Parts: sequence; C-alpha cells; structure tokens
Amino acid sequence: MPAEARFEHFVHGADIGIRGIGPTLEEAFAQAARALTAVMVDPATLQPRQTVEVACSAPDRETLLVDFLNALLFETATRHMLFGRFDVRIEGDRLEARASGEPIDAARHEPAVEVKGATMTELAVRPLPEGGWLAQCVVDV
Amino acid sequence: MDTSRLTRVDEATWRLEPEGAMRVPAIVYGTEDLVREMDEKVLEQTRNVACLPGIVKAAYALPDAHWGYGFPIGGVAAFDPDAGGVVSAGGVGFDISCGVRTITTGLDRSEVAPLVEKLADALYAAVPVGLGRTGQIKLSDAELDAMLAGGARWAVSMGWGDPADLERIEEKGQMAGADPAAVSRKAKERQRAEMGTLGSGNHYLEIQEVAEIFDAEAARVFGLAKGQVVVTIHCGSRGLGHQIGTEFLREMALAAPAHGIELPDRELACAPLRSALAQRYLGAMRAAINCALANREIIDHLARGVLRRMFPQARMALLFDVSHNTCKLERHRIDGEEKALFVHRKGATRAFGPGHPEVPEPLRAVGQPVLIGGSMGTGSWVLAGAATSEQKSFASAVHGAGRAMSRHEATRQYRGDQIVAELRSRGVVVRAPSMRGVAEEAPAAYKDVDAVVLAAERAGLARRVAHLVPIVCIKG
Repeated sequence: MPAEARFEHFVHGADIGIRGIGPTLEEAFAQAARALTAVMVDPATLQPRQTVEVACSAPDRETLLVDFLNALLFETATRHMLFGRFDVRIEGDRLEARASGEPIDAARHEPAVEVKGATMTELAVRPLPEGGWLAQCVVDV
Repeated sequence: MDTSRLTRVDEATWRLEPEGAMRVPAIVYGTEDLVREMDEKVLEQTRNVACLPGIVKAAYALPDAHWGYGFPIGGVAAFDPDAGGVVSAGGVGFDISCGVRTITTGLDRSEVAPLVEKLADALYAAVPVGLGRTGQIKLSDAELDAMLAGGARWAVSMGWGDPADLERIEEKGQMAGADPAAVSRKAKERQRAEMGTLGSGNHYLEIQEVAEIFDAEAARVFGLAKGQVVVTIHCGSRGLGHQIGTEFLREMALAAPAHGIELPDRELACAPLRSALAQRYLGAMRAAINCALANREIIDHLARGVLRRMFPQARMALLFDVSHNTCKLERHRIDGEEKALFVHRKGATRAFGPGHPEVPEPLRAVGQPVLIGGSMGTGSWVLAGAATSEQKSFASAVHGAGRAMSRHEATRQYRGDQIVAELRSRGVVVRAPSMRGVAEEAPAAYKDVDAVVLAAERAGLARRVAHLVPIVCIKG
C-alpha cells in the first residue's frame, strides 16, 4: 500500500524542514510544495484563482526538488502570490508544474514569515520502503 | 555539544585538534554552559569547514553558534588564495550582508514615552514589513545596477540618507569590487520593488533605550548616554541576496567535482578563489552587500523622517552599520607574515580592535562598534572590538543571541497575541503583520543574549559598552 499523500514539517535549529510524501515522485514533490507554503500560511486557506507555470531541470532528483521550490519562491516574491495547489510532471531530469493560488493579502493571510530559499540541508528524495516517495529539505526563513 | 572531545584552553576557549580530513583545528568560543547547550551539529559543521582547501589557522565557532547550512551560523573561516583557498556561497549564507545599524537620536526616554503608541503606528506605516509588501521605490534596470555598484553611497546620492552616515558604515557605505553584471536577471527582478523593505523572520526595527553603560569612555565616543533613545535596524539584502545565494550554492555544489573538491556536505558548496566561478560569485556577493547597505540606509531614512516629524528636537546620527553574513578580502598577520585572506563571517560581526586603520577616526581609539541584536523582549548590545580579536578570530565577534528553540516548537508553546500583551506590560510596544510570526520569534525561543555577549567578552573577541532595551519593536 503506497504512502498516502501528505506533508509535514520537521525541526531544524534556526529554521524549518519541509517534507512531502506521496504515492508517486510527482505527488511527493507537490506535497513538499504545500509544506513550503505552510511555512508561510495555511495552504488550505488559499483559493486557486490564478495558475502559474514553472519549469526546471537538474542533473539529479535532489537538485530538482530544490530548483522546483526555489522557482516557486521566485514566483511568490515577484508576483506577490501564494500557492496552495500543485500539479507536477517529472520526465527524466525535467520538471514542469502548475501552481495555483492567489495574490497575497497581508491582512487576511497573515503570512508568518518570508522564506528566503530552499537549501540542500537534510535534502533527500527517495522511495519509501512501504511504497511511495519522500521529498524533503530545510528552508531558510 | 559533547565537550569530552574538546581541550579546554581557557575559560571561554575550546579546541579540537585536526583529525581525519581536517587541515586545521576547530576552535569553539563560549562558556561551559553555552558550549554544552550548542547542537552537536555545530562541532560537526566546524570540523567540516576545517577540511576545506586553503583554510588558514582554524575554523571558528563563536558563542552564539548554532546549526547552519554547511557552515555553522556564528562561524568564521579564512582562506588563502595562494594555498588553493576557496570561497563558499554557503559560508556567506542566503541573506548576504544581513546586518545591524544603530542611530543615536539625542532624545531622552521621557520625551518619547508619552508618544510610543503613535510612534509605533507611524513607523509601522512608513517601513514596509513582512511577506508581499513592496516599497515605494521601484528601480529601473539602470538604477538597479547603480544601486548594486554604489551601496549606501548610491542611496545617499538619491536623497535617501545623510552623507555623514557613510563614514560610519563598513567599507564607507560602498563595497568595492561589486559586479552588477554577475547578478542574474532573476535576482534583480526580485529586488526591483523591495528597496526599503524590512523583510520578516528575525528582522526588525526597534526604538530602544540605553539601559546600562559598561564602558563609560567607549560609550562617550559612540555617543551613547544612559536613558537616551536609539533606533536599531536589523535586515539584509532582501530577495536579491536570497536569489544570489540560491543560484551560486547550486552552481558551486554541482561544479565541486570539476574543481577537484570533495564536499563532506553539499551545503559547503565552494569554488577555488582563482576559478572563474569564484570570481563571478565574489562580484555578485559584493553587489548584494551594496544592496543590503543601500536597503538599511533607505529604511534608516524612512525611520528618521518619522522621528523628525514627531520629535523636531531630535539630533540623529548614525552610530555604526555592521554586516554579519559576508566574505571579505582582508589583511591579517599569520605567523608574523601579513597575508591577504578571504574571511567568511556567517552570523559573525567584524570586530576590529582599538587603533585599527579601518575603524573611522573618531571611534578608532576605542575599537569598532559591534552591534548585537537580541530577541524581541530581551534587548540588544553595543560592544567594541577587542585588541585580542585579531589574533583570536580574524577580528570577529558574535552577531546575536542565536535560536535555542525551533520555530515549530515556539508556535506550539506560545501565542503571538499573548506575547504582544506580555511585552506591552513590560513597556515594549510591538507591531507585526502576523501573530504566528510573533510566536515564532518568542523571546524564550532565543538563547540568553546577555550570556552570549559576556562569553564574547571573556573570550577576548569584544568588550561590552552598552545594553539597550526595546521600547517599540516593528517586527517583520
């Protein structure tokens, strides 16, 4: 029975670790992206009003995860948007994703922090023994 | 940290001799309590830094050290380009040139006290804070490049700052060797609308009172008097620095095998100083230093505007501006020989001692001001670089309290509104866009900053000059 899609945070001294788990590699990445959003706001409160496409490629899966999360942070920083839903496709070394969300409303969303970047600390992308995938790293806040 | 593997050199110095791939010893500064409280990861990361090519003398962890990215936060390491030395994007960090500046106002607390709520509102309205808030300033491509080359000097030339400030900023407000062309389009795009914004996390703008003087002569030279009010700003290079850090960390990690560097941890990503990649990083990183210097200058300008309107009698002057996430080319004496070294300070403040030629002349006799940010409720410190800091830590001292509790744990234990109410009862007015953000920055989530600065003094890095307590805290 492959792992059910979910995300969680884990402890890192000064910052925070994000972890996505899913039945497929793509779903684990999408859950990691939700975990990233959850550092800032509760992703369930975000309406999918606008969709943004991001694409990246990297020589290994771990770097691809960091690139994907940093691409989302770039969109958040420049479009002033937060994303709650993610549709991820990975083929070989290339990732394409659609991220849906809404413009930041500081009064309503009350974002807790701004994430500076996804890091290579505690970075891992691996299949789980019970089936499914895990994708995680620490983010700098 | 398990101290059984360390040799205690003196009251506040601990040493691990080279073992395995370590090229130099690891030295940890701190009192026994602070060192025991440190995460094991601090020693592991300091040992890893000691393995990097071209490292000189030792890898250092300071009394506020905690688990960082590759390098510990609160870490210092110097590299010799003539000995295959490297520059590390991880050794500078994501918030390039994050730092602290303190402005004296000549105001007494009694003048400010009746108006603190109004002052807090006015500052909160004037300085954009938190995620998604942009500044009033939007830069064109040419202006962005001018800012990246000019730093605080550029901000002053645009009318956002006092020319007299420049003497009181490291590098006189303008980092030489910046290369705006080495900064990616994405990094510039992230910064276009972020000038003059504070950011979030542990960044803040505070109105503080000088609560206690520890060194009367240095305080006099620094313009600090008990009961007087100062403004302190803690922030960095915003989205531009974060993007540069992200991009070069990736590039250096992937290029390490081609440079013949074996990384014990990917986050130690570095490149030989004589490589094209390192030179490009140095150009971009120095541009990010200028971005941080310009950003603090603009925020300072916004804050002074508020104070001037409310307190026409205020006489504001910059005490000093320090950066605590940098890599700088400096001259240091090693075994009697002067060498040009690339000194990484990750969560560490430069702390030149008395007489150092780079300390502005009016301050030189007492040493460089070292500005230490505390957590919201506990206050901050002004120190002065110690004469012994040069030989102890390449003239470096601590940068802040350092976290003692994770953000996750802080939000489990505290509620933002309760913290705001409790601080108010202690005379600290807080304005913040997010109560969860306040909970994550709960005062108790940080180490005891008083213990950290005392340890820095005992270790001979810097000496205490004044203790500052907050009156108003604008939290990012």
